Amino acid sequence: MSARTSPGLSEIQQRFRDAVLSADNTALTSMVGAPGNAPGAIAARIAVYRATVQGSLIEVLAATFPVVKRVVGDSFFKGLAGRFIIAAPPAVPQLSAYGADFADFIAREDVGHRLPYLADTARLEWARNESYFAADTEPFNPSNLAVLSPDAMARVVLRLHPATRLVASDFPIYRIWETNQPQVIDVPQINMRLGQAALVSRKGYQVITRALTPPDAAFVAAVAAGKNLREAADVALKGDAAFGLQAALQAHFINGIFQN
Amino acid sequence: MVSFACEEQDAALTAAWVEIHSENFLCDGGPRLAMLDAVAARYPMSCHGVGLSLGSAEGLDHAHVARLKRLFDRVKPRLVSEHLSWSVTGGVYLNDLLPLPYTESALAVVCKNVDTAQQAFGRRILLENPSGYLRFSDSTMSEPEFLGRLVERTGCGLLLDVNNVYVGAINNDFDPMEYLHSIPAAAVGEIHLAGHTQIGADGTRVLVDTHGTRISGPVWDLYAGVIHRMGARPTLIEWDQDIPEIGVLLREAAAAQRLLDGAGRSVAHVG
Repeated sequence: MSARTSPGLSEIQQRFRDAVLSADNTALTSMVGAPGNAPGAIAARIAVYRATVQGSLIEVLAATFPVVKRVVGDSFFKGLAGRFIIAAPPAVPQLSAYGADFADFIAREDVGHRLPYLADTARLEWARNESYFAADTEPFNPSNLAVLSPDAMARVVLRLHPATRLVASDFPIYRIWETNQPQVIDVPQINMRLGQAALVSRKGYQVITRALTPPDAAFVAAVAAGKNLREAADVALKGDAAFGLQAALQAHFINGIFQN
Repeated sequence: MVSFACEEQDAALTAAWVEIHSENFLCDGGPRLAMLDAVAARYPMSCHGVGLSLGSAEGLDHAHVARLKRLFDRVKPRLVSEHLSWSVTGGVYLNDLLPLPYTESALAVVCKNVDTAQQAFGRRILLENPSGYLRFSDSTMSEPEFLGRLVERTGCGLLLDVNNVYVGAINNDFDPMEYLHSIPAAAVGEIHLAGHTQIGADGTRVLVDTHGTRISGPVWDLYAGVIHRMGARPTLIEWDQDIPEIGVLLREAAAAQRLLDGAGRSVAHVG
């Protein structure tokens, strides 16, 4: 028997993970080698793996959260995303599912306190990501309603399409998202005290983001909770007696927010 | 990947086949799957996985195996491939192709995982040789020997990445010709070519498999030798960073095609 006990594969893989998710090579250096063993050679090699692991995941988050990145700036985003990756690395290999917890992470970070709207901005971007990858199913066909009596129509319960997401915020979340699109060069002043709800849906294969009025947002939330059209409209009217059900429904049908 | 550009510019391109990264298509729906269906209806497909982690000591994630099986049922690929590497430990996915020690116990782990995957998929898979940046002090066999025994024990095939052989040879100081002569030629079902980038200098010089430049001269020479000896194999040029104008890619593909034509089959493609 050899005097030295070699670590098993499981132990090697844990040490490798710890090294690439930190800046610390200690646990790994005794197990690996590089030709010539020049000073720094092994560290340079481990750095290649670390750069790929962290760099590729930062790129994934940057692609999913472009507005968060634009608001905080490239270099700050790299640090923020890097800390998230170490705190919550992916649990599954399909990276379309990575980043669900980024908004909650931001809320706990200093920057989330300094920019209190940033976590909801990330929530909206995550909603858009979920919408893009959501299941395909036919949107609700409004001509189904045309044949119903007013009474029967009032009792209809609509279901949200799998690609529909409602994001409500105490901040003007749609306005923040809209004014931080790549083509906007001068971001106007935004009144941060106005809360706003954004509705994300998929029209064909295009992800659509819209701002909803408060009663409309209340209406969609009520439908999502299983209320029929009359109950949902009542909820909206309680908030704003001027709520127009027909106009709201028409915009929702055009944007495919319900399914058959 | 350039494969998608092919679909949009199909008047100008005649792709022989299309390779996808399997994990990019494991979503429920949306535009990406619609595009995949359109491409798969027109071209022979190859599904190249990066997240199965066949080298994981903890075994395979059965949910992931099932997701891949559903994708293969949808796409009906001619080829399914993965890597001789690992990326999952303790349920954490590291999004890189990490190296294995070439030991008897690691061989047993990989054989078991490959058996599990091949049974679940109901087909043979090809394993790609990784780009090596480090070697483990405990390794008791060379990479080609490890691959040869893996092929022997599981019946899997090989996806020979010629650039990875060259990158590994420079980084870990072995003879790439000897490597290429040692792997079981009959098991090679596909070849990858790509460009690499050098970082650092002198003692800390490392060649990195970046897929972001033209294929280097030494890699072309090795590829020509492989094709001459083994005969033609479906060949894919990987270029997924700093993607150049399409003409540059087509010239690389044409260069590969000329070598394949010399061996008598028409199978080069840019992916």
